[in-house]
Amino acid sequence: MTVLLPIPPLVPIPPIAVPWEVRRMVRLTYLTALTTLLGYVVFFVFGFLRDLFRELLDWSKSDDLRGYAPICPPFEDFYTRRIYHRIQDCFARPIASAPDAWIDVVERYSNDNNKTLHRTSTASRCLNLGSYNYLGFAAGDEYCTPRVIESLKKYAPTACSARADAGTTRLHVELEELIARFVGKPAAITFGMGYVTNSSIIPVLVGEGGLIVSDSFNHNSIVSGARASGATVHVFRHNSPSHLEEVLREQIVKGRQPGTHRPWRKILVIVEGIYSMEGEFCKLPEIVAICKKYKAYIYLDEAHSIGVVGKSGRGVCELLGVDPADIDIMMGTFTKSFGSCGGYIAASEEIIQYLKHASPAHLYATSMSPAAVQQVISAIKVVLGEDGSNRGAKKLAQIREGSNYFRSELKKMGFVVLGDNDSPVMAIMLYNLAKLPAFSRACLRQNVAVVTVGYPATPVLLARARICISASHTREDLIKGLKVISEVGGLVGAKCLPAEPEKAKKMD
Amino acid sequence: MNMTTAALDWVTVVFDAPLARAVVFGVHIDGHLVVEVLLVAVILFQLTRKSYKPPKKPLTEKEIDDLCEEWVPEPLYPPITEEMKTEPPVLESAAGPHTVIDGKEVVNFASANYLGLLGNENIADSCISSLEKYGVGSCGPRGFYGTIDVHLDCETRIAKFMGTPDSILYSYGISTIFSVIPAFCKKGDIIVTDEGVHWGVQNGLYLSRSTVVYFKHNDMASLESTLEKLTHKNKRAEKIRRYIVVEAIYQNSGQIAPLNEIVRLKEKYRFRVILDESHSFGVLGNSGRGLAEYYGVPIEKIDIITAGMGNALATDGGFCTGSVRVVDHQRLSSSGYVFSASLPPYLASAAISAVNYLEDNPSVLTQLRSNIALLWKGLSDLPGLAIASHPLSPIIYLKLKKSTGSFKSDLELLNVITDRVLKEDSVFIVSTKRSVLDKCRLPVGIRLFVSAGHSESDIHKVCDSLTRVAALVLV
Repeated sequence: MTVLLPIPPLVPIPPIAVPWEVRRMVRLTYLTALTTLLGYVVFFVFGFLRDLFRELLDWSKSDDLRGYAPICPPFEDFYTRRIYHRIQDCFARPIASAPDAWIDVVERYSNDNNKTLHRTSTASRCLNLGSYNYLGFAAGDEYCTPRVIESLKKYAPTACSARADAGTTRLHVELEELIARFVGKPAAITFGMGYVTNSSIIPVLVGEGGLIVSDSFNHNSIVSGARASGATVHVFRHNSPSHLEEVLREQIVKGRQPGTHRPWRKILVIVEGIYSMEGEFCKLPEIVAICKKYKAYIYLDEAHSIGVVGKSGRGVCELLGVDPADIDIMMGTFTKSFGSCGGYIAASEEIIQYLKHASPAHLYATSMSPAAVQQVISAIKVVLGEDGSNRGAKKLAQIREGSNYFRSELKKMGFVVLGDNDSPVMAIMLYNLAKLPAFSRACLRQNVAVVTVGYPATPVLLARARICISASHTREDLIKGLKVISEVGGLVGAKCLPAEPEKAKKMD
Repeated sequence: MNMTTAALDWVTVVFDAPLARAVVFGVHIDGHLVVEVLLVAVILFQLTRKSYKPPKKPLTEKEIDDLCEEWVPEPLYPPITEEMKTEPPVLESAAGPHTVIDGKEVVNFASANYLGLLGNENIADSCISSLEKYGVGSCGPRGFYGTIDVHLDCETRIAKFMGTPDSILYSYGISTIFSVIPAFCKKGDIIVTDEGVHWGVQNGLYLSRSTVVYFKHNDMASLESTLEKLTHKNKRAEKIRRYIVVEAIYQNSGQIAPLNEIVRLKEKYRFRVILDESHSFGVLGNSGRGLAEYYGVPIEKIDIITAGMGNALATDGGFCTGSVRVVDHQRLSSSGYVFSASLPPYLASAAISAVNYLEDNPSVLTQLRSNIALLWKGLSDLPGLAIASHPLSPIIYLKLKKSTGSFKSDLELLNVITDRVLKEDSVFIVSTKRSVLDKCRLPVGIRLFVSAGHSESDIHKVCDSLTRVAALVLV
């Protein structure tokens, strides 16, 4: 009998285990998990067979790359070639208009089974439930756009230089003062891209010998910044203050090295305001209390919550009643609520002075485009009501009511919906990988553009459709969206929970 | 001898004595059997004993609380020094060849506006029409309705201009290189890179977790010996991916990488080349197509080319270009592309207009080259400062002829020069900025960015000003 040799996995096996609190939150039953896994197994098996045939057919072809290892090893992009390419038309859909409430989705066709997609010149007008356009600043705005065009004419599209060299204009200084005032901190610093903000600030704050404790569902930019810093990174269970306390106690006692118990230099806890794949808020008051008790610094990433939640749009701190002075570093981006690009960090004067001196993005990267800066300044003025109208308050009220209405209606229809009250982001669980393209394509046929996400952005078994509500969606738009989603969700089999009976639905 | 034999006889007798000729259950018991039984009994006895561990008391809750109370963290920031408090000058108009600082007009040699496109009317018009149609931001990553048709047009335009099959657009210049490198280099791969690369490249190399080997700055002999050492009799090296990462024009020194040499070495030792053309795209070569055109190397020989568009093209963002496989792979595995919002559409249309302008007006390159030559001549004889950059580089790098010995004091001296030049002669130049995270140890200096929009009088002004101030401060 031949001896079984250990065969290395030909494809990277993605982590399948789901922690029990997440399972309970997303109502993952054993039947669903098994059928989803079965679906993946079928895909993998067919992918293997096709790879095998490809190898056999290519045996005779000459190899110009003799002596070179392949630039993409076959197992690294197995998922891309055999699974993602089948449903490629559901992602990266080009649009031919501003990412407003209604968009023109360009139609694409493929001649080789979705491997390459070509644009046509026709576009269909669809309801946009996927863009991060929370306050409706994406398209031209009557207050912002004229000012943006004026700034563009005065300062040119870019300054071609880093902030520390010749890239600082009056607008940048004004924006930093304004955002610090808006968020409630003494000073702020801005960068041209949100991703770079996280990746280049975290290494400056914490270096080797420090400890970073971050939520398990944190965004890739935070993970990248934490890895680049050289500090030790520990993860605590998503949104669980008790587990955070456990981790902190254990780590302070253990110290940096197991033998000598040298103490940590500093501890930084990183959480997000709204988690973009689930739509839920972080348990900020409890986490802040724990960090104060154990003298850990706290870093709050408000990419999705600044300008959207809270009575005057000041973010999760206002919503959950936390004093901004208790949070050491507040970070956010301008892409989502303010319809621009870039990121900021707000903290005490000394920290900002140090960051301006030491952060690579401030010293080397091109400064933010002045037109984008002006867009943020005008948008914040509208939200604060400093433009002389109450459009800001109206937008905030509209997005809150719209998202609450949409979520409650979806729940009534029997979908499994994730997301807290007042959060503009919600997720409809689909679980099964094959339901993603079905849901996405069926919705597009009925002129509703939704975003479906699977692995690797979400855990393997928890594929979902994510909805982002905007202040520019009217009630009719939302009703149309609900009608289409209900129909398609029923066809696809996403209504896992019992729907509420019709007569109880006498609302609005 | 007799005594030993006598002793041995006695031992034998003793052993055989007790159970001599005894028969138990049909087995002859000999003396040595007793010893063996005793030995087995001792072994079994020892096996049943518990092994010795030093006693370990778990800490009680109170002890853990005390330890947590005692622990004191370091502050998040070090003590703030005077140099940390200095702010850069604030511009009050566009950063073209002439700009306004503090109400005064100054000659601007601190913006990398190589082709003088800042303030170009056509580009401004295309931006404005784009702003009116698409708004400012794109409100989403490329995978989720953030792909606007101008992005796809820009990618096709750049690929057509460079002569490569495809290209991919990034939303920020510095994030391009540190997203591309981890997408192709993983743990176990080998990367050979210059010691003078900028922070973006260093960050990408660190994030990729590959084995990184540095060679001396722009020294091809050092590169060859490093490659030789790594591949000599190393069978394992043939199975892993190997890369050489260089910049076309190094922004830390203004040197130009000799691409013909690098391609020769790459083909000899079977490495792949990743080239960062941020400061050479739109500058080198007869039509501005970069380092490959300048050296006459066919573009297919370079595997991956990345560039930030914040320099010659006077817009923001970056791109990466190469074969179809290279570009396609990044669309799902490059973190700066997948997890970040896409480039604002008006900047993408600015890029398209800039590339169109460059293709239609190659005379702007001759203007840039003559400006560089003129400035080189004017600065070649400064008291106390020497030019450290390549004669064709649009970044002119002046370093101290006699260093004071430490980076800090060198930088202080250079800052004094740049401040005086700005205040007294209204010429804006900048010194090197080094972050605490930067591993580069090349000497610090003063940088001048030459633009095709500078006039002869601007160039003479900066030469005269630097000569005067350097003489006062350094001699």
